[in-house]
Amino acid sequence: MAAAVRIFLLVLLLLGPGGWGQAEPPRDSLREELVITPLPSGDVAATFQFRTRWDSELQREWVSHYRLFPKALGQLISKYSLRELHLSLTQGFWRTRYWGTPFLQAPSGAELWAWFQETVTDVDESWKELSNVLSGIFCASLNFIDSTNTVTPTASFKPLGLANGTDHSFLRYAVLPREVVCTENLTPWKKLLPCSSKAGLSVLLKADRLFHTSYHSQAVHIRPVCRNARCTSVSWELRQTLSVVFDAFVTGQGKKDWSLFRMFSRTLTEPCPLALESRVYVDITSYGQDNETLEVYPPPLTTYQDVILGTRKTYAVYDLLDAAVVSNSRSLNIQLKWKRPPENEAPPVPFLYAQRYVSGYGLQSGELSTLLYNTHPYRAFPVLLLDSVPWYLRLYVHTLTITSKGKENKPSERSPQPAPPPPLPLHVPQHLSSQGYIHYQPAQDRMQPHLLEMLIQLPANSITKVSIQFERALLKWTEYTPDPNHGFYVSPSVLSALVPSVVAAKPGDWEESPLFNSLFPVSDSSSYFVRLYTEPLLVSLPTPDFSMPYNVVCLTCTVVAVCYGSFYNLLTRTFQIEEPRKGGLAKRLANLVRRARGVPPL
Amino acid sequence: MGLLSDPVRRRALARLVLRLNAPLWALPVAWLERTMRSVGLEVYTQSFSRKLPFPDETHERYMVSGINVYGILRAPRAASTESLVLTVPCGPDSTNSQAVGLMLALAAHFRGQIYWAKDIIFLVTEHDLLGTEAWLEAYHDVNVTGMQSSPLQGRAGAIQAAVALELSSDVVTSLDVVVEGLNGQLPNLDLLNLFQTFCQKGGLLCTLQGKLQPQDWTSIDGPLQSVQTLLLMVLQQASGRPHGAHGLFLRYRVEALTLRGINSFRQYKYDLVAVGKALEGMFRKLNHLLERLHQSFFFYLLPALSRFVSIGLYMPAAGFLLLVLGLKALELWMQLHEAGVGPEEAGKTPGSSPPHPPTQGVGLASLVAPLLVSQAMGLALYVLPVLGQHVATQHFPVAEAEAVVLTLLAIYAAGLALPHNTHRVVSTQAPDKGWMALKLVALIYLALQLACITLTNFSLGFLLAASMVPAAAVTKPSGPRPLYTALLVLTSPAATLLGSLFLWRELQEAPLSLAEGWQLFLAALAQGVLEHHTYGSLLFPLLALGLYPCWLLFWNVLFWK
Repeated sequence: MAAAVRIFLLVLLLLGPGGWGQAEPPRDSLREELVITPLPSGDVAATFQFRTRWDSELQREWVSHYRLFPKALGQLISKYSLRELHLSLTQGFWRTRYWGTPFLQAPSGAELWAWFQETVTDVDESWKELSNVLSGIFCASLNFIDSTNTVTPTASFKPLGLANGTDHSFLRYAVLPREVVCTENLTPWKKLLPCSSKAGLSVLLKADRLFHTSYHSQAVHIRPVCRNARCTSVSWELRQTLSVVFDAFVTGQGKKDWSLFRMFSRTLTEPCPLALESRVYVDITSYGQDNETLEVYPPPLTTYQDVILGTRKTYAVYDLLDAAVVSNSRSLNIQLKWKRPPENEAPPVPFLYAQRYVSGYGLQSGELSTLLYNTHPYRAFPVLLLDSVPWYLRLYVHTLTITSKGKENKPSERSPQPAPPPPLPLHVPQHLSSQGYIHYQPAQDRMQPHLLEMLIQLPANSITKVSIQFERALLKWTEYTPDPNHGFYVSPSVLSALVPSVVAAKPGDWEESPLFNSLFPVSDSSSYFVRLYTEPLLVSLPTPDFSMPYNVVCLTCTVVAVCYGSFYNLLTRTFQIEEPRKGGLAKRLANLVRRARGVPPL
Repeated sequence: MGLLSDPVRRRALARLVLRLNAPLWALPVAWLERTMRSVGLEVYTQSFSRKLPFPDETHERYMVSGINVYGILRAPRAASTESLVLTVPCGPDSTNSQAVGLMLALAAHFRGQIYWAKDIIFLVTEHDLLGTEAWLEAYHDVNVTGMQSSPLQGRAGAIQAAVALELSSDVVTSLDVVVEGLNGQLPNLDLLNLFQTFCQKGGLLCTLQGKLQPQDWTSIDGPLQSVQTLLLMVLQQASGRPHGAHGLFLRYRVEALTLRGINSFRQYKYDLVAVGKALEGMFRKLNHLLERLHQSFFFYLLPALSRFVSIGLYMPAAGFLLLVLGLKALELWMQLHEAGVGPEEAGKTPGSSPPHPPTQGVGLASLVAPLLVSQAMGLALYVLPVLGQHVATQHFPVAEAEAVVLTLLAIYAAGLALPHNTHRVVSTQAPDKGWMALKLVALIYLALQLACITLTNFSLGFLLAASMVPAAAVTKPSGPRPLYTALLVLTSPAATLLGSLFLWRELQEAPLSLAEGWQLFLAALAQGVLEHHTYGSLLFPLLALGLYPCWLLFWNVLFWK
């Protein structure tokens, strides 16, 4: 009998606390993925994605047991009733013109946007607390997010996951362009991974190599997704993405060949045991007619073809869970060699890219200009532009001009060509999209920034210039940063667009497609959704000289005041000999006491 | 009239006009693009064209069109918010090709480094300063001077500092540093100190105004040499010309200086590695800057590279000079007051002027005519030469440039005949009071103008003050009139310019003969007008619209009857 009990206990112990739940399928799963893309310019981009999916309704149930999903983030979701959370920390700038359209771009600095549940009563308060908590979790200065840099976009940022209502008053968006990203931000991000950086793809995440790149962006995206095809219930999805761009020119001494070891100074040895799927994709699409321009080693067992961002791409696939891939040589070091070095010709230009700058000189006024390039030879498409400008640049909205091909392009006018109906991520109301959309929220000094959102039709093969004049405000002297002569940052504009595809995509199974293809929901096969960010701007404001004159003036004034004061006092005072007078009440009282004691009075 | 009678120049000009659309020398744009791209830069070009108001004889250009090439080195992990510029202006012949070579070598070296925090723009401009102006205007998306240029495709944020490089000869024996920019603007002194530090570190021989640094401060030679350098700087700054491509950057609040490799025929020479090292050092230092250069002085005078005279020291000198005008004006005011008050008060002062009827209004009314006429004269001086050049070339056998200069001189000289004309309008009711009031107004006008000029361009203000103030103070219709006339003519703005030219060449140890001086004077006039139109230099309008009318007022005072 005792033996039976012991065995029963042993079974209990082995099964663990989850033992009773074994009847249902595993409630959480991890997929990890690395995409390596040789960029048109010759640089190499590597994008890591780690996706944890949890079949649990965090907000409805009281969840206390966490397995793969990080507890810190799970509690955040339930405490602040979050519907979606998107945080990115980026160092550098994705150069769309030379590197092509990214899978997922992020503005340089820190970006945070969150949708709250409709049950939240005070969104601003929750937003403030949320940013402070995240600031602690990710060691970033997100606590600097306040009302002066938070906006509520009306059309640009729609929920990426499951959403039934899109009342934008539950959305908050903020960018901190000044934020510097470094190892201290990477470490907490890595700690959220189920395998940390011990096994699987995350072995490659070595800080000294990751910060030796041209571009580094790490992000966390949390959203609710459908649990099954019929979407009867909700699962939570956490995506941790990290993109880096290696400068092939500097690291390869002019050669464009690369290998995992050369980029990360590590190789892959084993998959993460917790992962359901662990794959490396290498973009081997050849841009020229000749197929034999590049060679991958070891030769891939499988390839994957799909329409990614509007063009047909071919990827070599290495599945780390497939024993044959790793066990041959105990480690996987993927190498790519160019058989014929690609010519130094101008790289293919993406259909949409943008540039932003401050024009004018002097410290009184200026102009913010955004150039939007549509290089598509015959298709016009609309772009939703979002500008959030700090209050100390006072925008003159009457100077807002949009010109393309030398003609004025009014966002509120009916465009000559009917715009294609904007599907899911561009939630401009249908009746507005055909006639343009413009939303402006003026700034309040020291309270809220300007917000300008416009739907602009970009004619085919054109450059559209959006410009607006501003005046630089004088700040109060305590409002200047410690380095006022560095300038003040203006956060980048956000472009959201549905860019026409070259090749129509066939709708595939969303859950089965690779992760890099499934962040933005696609509802239309003829176009794909792109969100681009322009570069942040550095604007110098009229700055008093804080150092020398200030000190001199203070010192001189003090000295003069003291000297003058005492001299004036001496010169104007008339000295008199004062008669000793009967003292006040205290003295009289004291004398009474003294008389009683028999001591001579004062 | 050397310009008129010089057949060589005439022929050169005719050839130029014939060849308007065929460039004599063009930048090898395709080669530059290819080279910069192979080095690993983002390369862009910009085409520009500009029709000058009249043919430029010294540079032999009229209708200019060219292409600027620039490559941007993108700093890793930076969002292109700040940048530095290394620019090489290329002239009509390939004199600066050494500098282009050095710049490309530096670009190749810089590209391999990972420590850059600011983007670096390598800019090669055609038609030297015109190309730089076109690029700067396009970069900041403004149009100041009517330049036509294509918009820029690539930008790199706010430019923090710029260095222009000119290597005029194959053999470089010393590096000359030029700081004087457009309208006398100067870069922050820290930029100069930075350069000086790297010169000392690399053992380079650095010169200022083409003069060696005095070593021996104990004997008389050292201070004497630095006085010469100082005077040269004052003259250069007063001219308001951009003495190098850096001068145009200063308008956009970009601290900039020009390094000019010169061959001064000394026995030791430097290879370009030494120059490149100094440049690399400067760029690395500038790369580390957190803020714009702002800590040090923006107003200074340089007697030597390692010494400067700060604004606090030199400003009182100008202040005292202007005080003379103020005191003189006060004296006149009091005299006028005495003359204008009623007889009971005038009677108190012994030996007062004979009592006038209290007619304050008449004095003021009599001022209106000379003021208006002299201002109109100034306006004519500013507008007519360029506007009437075609009329002049049709009626006289002169080229456009000569027509402009000669019209300038003619109008200037015509102003001297003014007093005789204005006298018909001026009432002769109270002659003594009339000139006093006119002089009072003229003194205040002059003092205000000089004060404003001194604040922005000290050298110009001081030169003008030093020449004009004594004559202005003593001028009056009574007394030794020939003496006053000579004094006034000698201190007129044009005479000051002529004198400055002689002094300048004297200090450069290349003295001028009288004929050469006259030629140089004519060329300087043409350049002054041209630079106003092409770069927005303010010296010409300042003299034509401000100081010349003011000087005419004193001339009026002198010939008051």
